[in-house]
Amino acid sequence: MSSIPSELKYTESHEWVKDNGDGTVTVGITDHAQDALGDLVFVELPEIGKQVAVKDACAVVESVKAASDIYSPLSGEVVGANDALDGAPETINEDAYGDGWIFQLKLSDPSQLDELMDAGGYEQLLADEG
Amino acid sequence: MLIQEHSRPGRRATAQAPLTTADHSTLPQALRRKQRAALPEVSEMQAVRHYTRLSQQNFSIDTHFYPLGSCTMKYNPRACNSLASLPGFLARHPAAPESHSQGIMACLHELQDMLKSVTGMHAVSLAPAAGAQGELAGVMMIRAYHDARGDHDRREMLVPDAAHGTNPASAIMAGFKVREVPTGRNGDVDIDALRAVVGPQTAGIMLTNPSTVGVFDRNIQAIAKTVHEAGGLLYYDGANLNAILGKVRPGDMGFDVIHMNLHKTFSTPHGGGGPGAGPVGVSKRLEPYLPIPLVEKDDDEGYHWLDEDDRPESIGRLTAFGGNMGILLRAYIYARLLGAEGMRRVSEFATLNANYLQARLRAAGFQLAYPERRASHEFIITLKKEAKDFGVNTMDVAKRLLDYGYHAPTTYFPLLVPECLLIEPTETEPKEALDGFVEAMIKIRAEAEQEPETVRQAPHSLPVRRLDDVRAARQLDVAWKPAEGLAESNI
Amino acid sequence: MPFIPHTDEDIAAMLDTIGVDSIDALFDEIPAELRAQGLDGIPAGLSEMEVTQLLQARARSDGEPTCFIGAGAYDHHIPAAVWQITTRGEFYSAYTPYQAEASQGTLQVLYEFQSMMTALTGLDVSNASLYDGASALAEAVLMAVRSNRKVKHPRVLMPRTVHPFYRRTVASIVQHQGIELVEVDYDKRSGRTQIAHCEAVADQPFAALVVPQPNVFGVLEDVDALTDWAQARDALVIGVVNPVALALLSPPGDWGQAGADIACGEGQPLGMPLASGGPYLGFLCCKQAFIRQLPGRIAGKTEDLDGKVGYTLTLQAREQHIRRSKATSNICTNQGLLVTAATIHMAILGAEGLERVAAACHANTARLAQQLCEVPGVEPIFDAPAFHERALRLPAPTETVLAGLAEQDILGGFDLGHEYPELGSALLVCATEKRTDAEIAAYREALTSALVVAKAA
Repeated sequence: MSSIPSELKYTESHEWVKDNGDGTVTVGITDHAQDALGDLVFVELPEIGKQVAVKDACAVVESVKAASDIYSPLSGEVVGANDALDGAPETINEDAYGDGWIFQLKLSDPSQLDELMDAGGYEQLLADEG
Repeated sequence: MLIQEHSRPGRRATAQAPLTTADHSTLPQALRRKQRAALPEVSEMQAVRHYTRLSQQNFSIDTHFYPLGSCTMKYNPRACNSLASLPGFLARHPAAPESHSQGIMACLHELQDMLKSVTGMHAVSLAPAAGAQGELAGVMMIRAYHDARGDHDRREMLVPDAAHGTNPASAIMAGFKVREVPTGRNGDVDIDALRAVVGPQTAGIMLTNPSTVGVFDRNIQAIAKTVHEAGGLLYYDGANLNAILGKVRPGDMGFDVIHMNLHKTFSTPHGGGGPGAGPVGVSKRLEPYLPIPLVEKDDDEGYHWLDEDDRPESIGRLTAFGGNMGILLRAYIYARLLGAEGMRRVSEFATLNANYLQARLRAAGFQLAYPERRASHEFIITLKKEAKDFGVNTMDVAKRLLDYGYHAPTTYFPLLVPECLLIEPTETEPKEALDGFVEAMIKIRAEAEQEPETVRQAPHSLPVRRLDDVRAARQLDVAWKPAEGLAESNI
Repeated sequence: MPFIPHTDEDIAAMLDTIGVDSIDALFDEIPAELRAQGLDGIPAGLSEMEVTQLLQARARSDGEPTCFIGAGAYDHHIPAAVWQITTRGEFYSAYTPYQAEASQGTLQVLYEFQSMMTALTGLDVSNASLYDGASALAEAVLMAVRSNRKVKHPRVLMPRTVHPFYRRTVASIVQHQGIELVEVDYDKRSGRTQIAHCEAVADQPFAALVVPQPNVFGVLEDVDALTDWAQARDALVIGVVNPVALALLSPPGDWGQAGADIACGEGQPLGMPLASGGPYLGFLCCKQAFIRQLPGRIAGKTEDLDGKVGYTLTLQAREQHIRRSKATSNICTNQGLLVTAATIHMAILGAEGLERVAAACHANTARLAQQLCEVPGVEPIFDAPAFHERALRLPAPTETVLAGLAEQDILGGFDLGHEYPELGSALLVCATEKRTDAEIAAYREALTSALVVAKAA
């Protein structure tokens, strides 16, 4: 298991969130999630401009044997989507916390950030899930 | 090599089409094709040789033991094929008048009656073209029933977590919300969890019994009572009907609507993925909603079709011409060959074979998913321990079985048992075949321990080695295209 | 015991291994009150010989009338090799190719079939089959509504010139998806769907327009104009096509400026016997952009560990066994064996063979219509060019005339009056390449006498 970046926030459904400091966040899936899914073959990105609420399914990652919804960790408007994943979904397998980011949100309620787990909390969650 | 790669411009199988091209100058130029379609140009012998060779690259019932759980891969009697292919049946146009259809309609009507009897249902429609279409018809009838009573809030369909994926997918197509019900530790539906979720929103529950975990749900009467008392209906997924054919009738268990997979229980061929047939049976209160057409018998005038005009409340038509008639005929012939006694023997010997195979694998040290339970016509082993000890997973074992000449059981289904194999031997396999399978499993486990790479890299003896599914999905290539400028010619 | 190989010794040994004393004991987890007693209504089993005699008598009783009915199912010649190869046990008794390495035969056939269907339709991708043409249209409608990102209104324009059974099947299958199917009328003179008819119902946005070619009357629609009109309104175009006609007619991928987006239809004319209505074969093709919304199995090309070419099911995450309630469709097992037959049929006929079949059907039907219209009172209903079916008006009730023809062992056609009362006594006739001049002449004579009887009645 690779390390869990301390500067990011996490959800119970294995998304990570990076606070960009300008009212927007970047969202991806954790290294643990990509490892569990296996080789990804497709990513369905959300449409720019779409309004999402916490826990709305807004993207899909597919491996050969599974498809998994990505839930929005926070409420807001989709302002960016990682088009580079189109045709190169394996980027998530290779660099889940970096080039494998999936979408960006402009937050409608930045205080929701406080409700996400920090790296320690996520590490504990993984330990509990065994 | 593809048939397209055998193609040479100008080569043809000349005897199979009209000898000349008739005048078609009345077809307007603007609506005509400009370039010929890039279909193969081969001789008849090349086509015959090519497809004969391809057939030899398949495992099948006729060549291999095929214990694919939940699929009931039993022997397909040859008579069913040859008799369903008699010219009177094969050449009959679907819109032929009833005067020229009494023979086939007699067969269909008797099939409806036999299916009613063996399932304990009030009425049967043969219209659905496959199990999944039967499911859709079934849940649409449940919806039609509630709607006819003005009960428009019943929009939730309960589906056990172990169910086939078609169940939730069909419920969604019928406009329901799907709510999962967990399976308890012993393999039965968790009845307390069920009681907690039923209510005025419950339209019904879709159940397979015996379930996909290979056991008969002992609480079925309590489940029926719980759902019925909440105002919901019970849907029976007939995927596992082979386990109880002639022994227990879904109608007696309290089911309101069922579908049957004739390509499983009634031994019509699986055909490399169809055609199937998925007749539906219903209790009296759902009869008006059956999909059309139906065959009715009138003592004086023979058999009649019932269509939209006769059945105004029907959920409607599911295919243009009333279903997979050729498959229905095969099932009819099979049912006549078996008779009542033969049907009962189907479930008895399917169950005997499954329990014998289960006992032998258990004795050989394989771990059963539900060791306390009787197997139905199928059962599950989990290779969790082998995966942990030897680093060889269920898929590896499945592929290695192919090397030993056995089609693999169903892998990784149901989802709730890790590293599982769902094994269904069916009643038509002799004891020797089951013993041979056990020996192969024992050998593979020894290989997993001593030479795990052999198992991980399997298969070794098939036309291809392990295929790269990831590449297939990432670098999609789903149709051959002619090289630029080649093969396409003007008409 | 039919199809059960167990000897008494086998049974004893197996029960001993299990540790029970009877087969019945294996059912001891089932509550006793649920065990079925008798199976009333199921007769005793018959020998193969007895069943053969029964079925032969029944098949014989349905006769072998001469067929002039089309209406969605066509009496074409099928090369002998097609079903001899298709019913080889290795194809006939295999299952869905879940273990790809043990199913390369079936998988390669699927890939070849997809390739042939894309060649015929001029579209990028094809699935590996649906149940039949009508249910394929239902899936096409669902797919178009999911795929259209510009028009979110779940409204689909459905011409009345689409086969009525297809329209009803679509209505049944999509009835709970909130999709509005809007009928489009047709021109009573030509039998065509004209732009004006579309305009008349297009006051609100719509996700797709269905375009049949040929249409239910056999008439050729102006597919280019209809396609351009719909796409200019951001709608997708769904072609419903006959695969034999496509040997001569413009493929959906070439329609209008940009080509139809989706094409579907009935594969029965590609080597499937009439067989009372099935099993047939639905096909569904589309532009590459919509592949993830395409329902049904898809075979893809790949490589094995040694880099050798092989085939496998791909994009399975669209399907119910993975995606469950979010799948593109509930479809699972469908028409694998028919795909095998169609593939071998197309391989043997080739494009030129299919063209000859298509041309012969077109010419035979033209001759049939001409000869029938020489019978007093019989006339063509529409004046537009047709492919291999013609709508004729009769001077007596169609039902009575058809019954009179059936008495002479002629299936005279499909009664259009029930579905299109505005056409009066209307009959849809078809003469495939199999109908001889003598049969056509016999039909004309039979019609003459049937009309005499019908008018007298």
